[in-house]
Amino acid sequence: MSRLERTFETLRRRGRPGLVTFTTAGDPDLERSAAILRALDRAGADVLEVGVPFSDPLADGPVIQRASERALRAGATLARVLDLVAAVRPDISAGIVLFSYANPIVRMGTTPFVERAASAGVDGVLVLDLPIEEADRFRDRTIEAGIDPIFLLSPTTTDARIRRAAELGRGFLYGISRLGVTGARDAIATGAEALVARIRSATDLPIALGFGISRPEHVAEVGRWADAAVVGSALIEVIARAAPDRVLDDVERYVRWLRGESGATAPSATMPATAGER
Amino acid sequence: MTVPDFGRRDPDERGYFGEYGGRFVPETLVAPVEELEQAYRQAREDPAFSADLEALLRHYVGRPTPVYEATRLRAALEAEAGPEGVARIFLKREDLAHTGAHKINNALGQALLAVRMGKRRVVAETGAGQHGVATATACALLGLDCEVYMGADDMRRQALNVYRMRLLGATVSQVDAGSRTLKDAINEAMRDWVTNVQDTYYLLGSVLGPHPYPLMVREFQSVIGREARTQMDELVGRMPDAVVACVGGGSNALGIFDGFVDDANVALIGVEAGGEALVAGRHAARFATGVAGVLQGTRSYLLQDLDGNIEPTHSVSAGLDYAAVGPEHAWLRDLGRARYASASDDEALAAFRLLARTEGILPALESAHAVSHACRVARELGRDRILVVNLSGRGDKDVDAIRARETVEG
Ligand SMILES: Cc1ncc(COP(=O)(O)O)c(C=O)c1O
Repeated sequence: MSRLERTFETLRRRGRPGLVTFTTAGDPDLERSAAILRALDRAGADVLEVGVPFSDPLADGPVIQRASERALRAGATLARVLDLVAAVRPDISAGIVLFSYANPIVRMGTTPFVERAASAGVDGVLVLDLPIEEADRFRDRTIEAGIDPIFLLSPTTTDARIRRAAELGRGFLYGISRLGVTGARDAIATGAEALVARIRSATDLPIALGFGISRPEHVAEVGRWADAAVVGSALIEVIARAAPDRVLDDVERYVRWLRGESGATAPSATMPATAGER
Repeated sequence: MTVPDFGRRDPDERGYFGEYGGRFVPETLVAPVEELEQAYRQAREDPAFSADLEALLRHYVGRPTPVYEATRLRAALEAEAGPEGVARIFLKREDLAHTGAHKINNALGQALLAVRMGKRRVVAETGAGQHGVATATACALLGLDCEVYMGADDMRRQALNVYRMRLLGATVSQVDAGSRTLKDAINEAMRDWVTNVQDTYYLLGSVLGPHPYPLMVREFQSVIGREARTQMDELVGRMPDAVVACVGGGSNALGIFDGFVDDANVALIGVEAGGEALVAGRHAARFATGVAGVLQGTRSYLLQDLDGNIEPTHSVSAGLDYAAVGPEHAWLRDLGRARYASASDDEALAAFRLLARTEGILPALESAHAVSHACRVARELGRDRILVVNLSGRGDKDVDAIRARETVEG
């Protein structure tokens, strides 16, 4: 059983929805990014999605675009992101899922990438612009290396393709709550629950739901129908707004607040009414 | 003008030309792209669709565009040539199409398709502004809302076209991300599309992007090659020895190549932007220094660094200033059926001036790259040989930028 499978099994047993975080690796720089991943784990995040910065993030809204630019300026590359994962892996109990656009992986080569990712301790890989129709070979290689291939499902995904993704995917499926790029919303999109229901009727794989989630109420609401909620842009905003000496503190507080820990309060840098997703 | 010959050279069912092409899109776009493919396949089987398109191309665009023999250009080259002489040069005058470039052929075809699909709103990207103007024109004609994304740098260097689009009722949205050119405009148009898929049609302007765009755009542009083939037969009674076209994404080139690709004796030559030098960041000659990769929905040659990030590009012409090239070009090149060269900024500007003075034609700076390389090929081929250059657009849009450059250079 993979680490991601164990994580979701434990969550189900405890009857508690999970929290998945998304941060861009190398934002604001590689060193602080490593410290942020450790802080997210300490605060109780169940799965850490680690975004590989890319020059042309066409599925992302402005918040993650800017994070990607900061990370690239700080010298983050796919190879360095894999080194970063290898460095933090021993300190972290959460699952680690690499989130990337296709081209950095294509450039490294599927085989070298999969080998390096496996030895770094990556648990799952999601490639944003590699839909199942293009993913066949890549998907087989990741499974051979013991890495879970994660697929995205959207409100536009047909039932037939949901079934196909459920057959091919491992670990969990990632539902996106609405059309559009990653970015800010005040409330969870109305179609999200319906998407989760459609996925449920096709598979027992756990479902994480992302895009537009920024507050504990959102996490709790999503947790009523999905196995986990994903918080991305809002967390990146917390990191970007925090005073330099308070970043780790704010990140921890934000995650504890999202998870509804008693006594946890939002960090002062949180302005999530206009930030949020993934 | 001859009847469209849809479906003659399709990619495989997954949209691959050899190992190039495919459909590398975020999940939300998979269903819309499939819907588009189905709608396109139905439309091209429907004689009424072809008839509508043909009527517009004839009566609205002014097709067929002429083929004109540039005898004074040739004479100027002859003056400096050796005893082998210079080939005859024919210009396929896409600059005379309505709106001033070949882009209108594709814009009208896709806008008709958008109407058929019941879409009310169209988004597009533009580099030189010619595709934006063509799309704004088609939308005005067919009563569609139109939003065009354009990089901030391109808005500056193609200011005339920005104003034209606005006069035509389109919204022009400035893109400040990345290199602020065509690639970034495509990113932004795709973000818009993914957000508004229900009522919005993405009218992509070149043989790029996920399947079926490279096929569809080529088929809409193939009218250029069909006409040119017939016209050359009428004018000289034989096929040309070479066909030369500039390659940004590659739509005008594939449009004219398509008419000759089955004649193995006709050399097909694409001309990329050599920019200032063939050094990373200073050109857009993908076949000179690029490596295969995945960008904006398709697998093709890309200017990228060792980590798979896209390199900045440069060209004096906004329409050629792009890091990737249409997948079918990559395939034709691997097959050896087409070959690719580059012309530098300075060479293109010199060709612009030469054509202006010898023939009274101001070509678009994009097309000037083709003219520049065609002059080279005409000398290599020598007398009694025949060459066709696709003059993809007219140069009015570039006059300000050229004047600004002259002021700087003194
Ligand atoms: C006149 C003209 N020629 C050529 C191009 C390059 O596009 P393509 O390679 O798709 O023909 C453009 C693009 O803007 C253009 O305006």
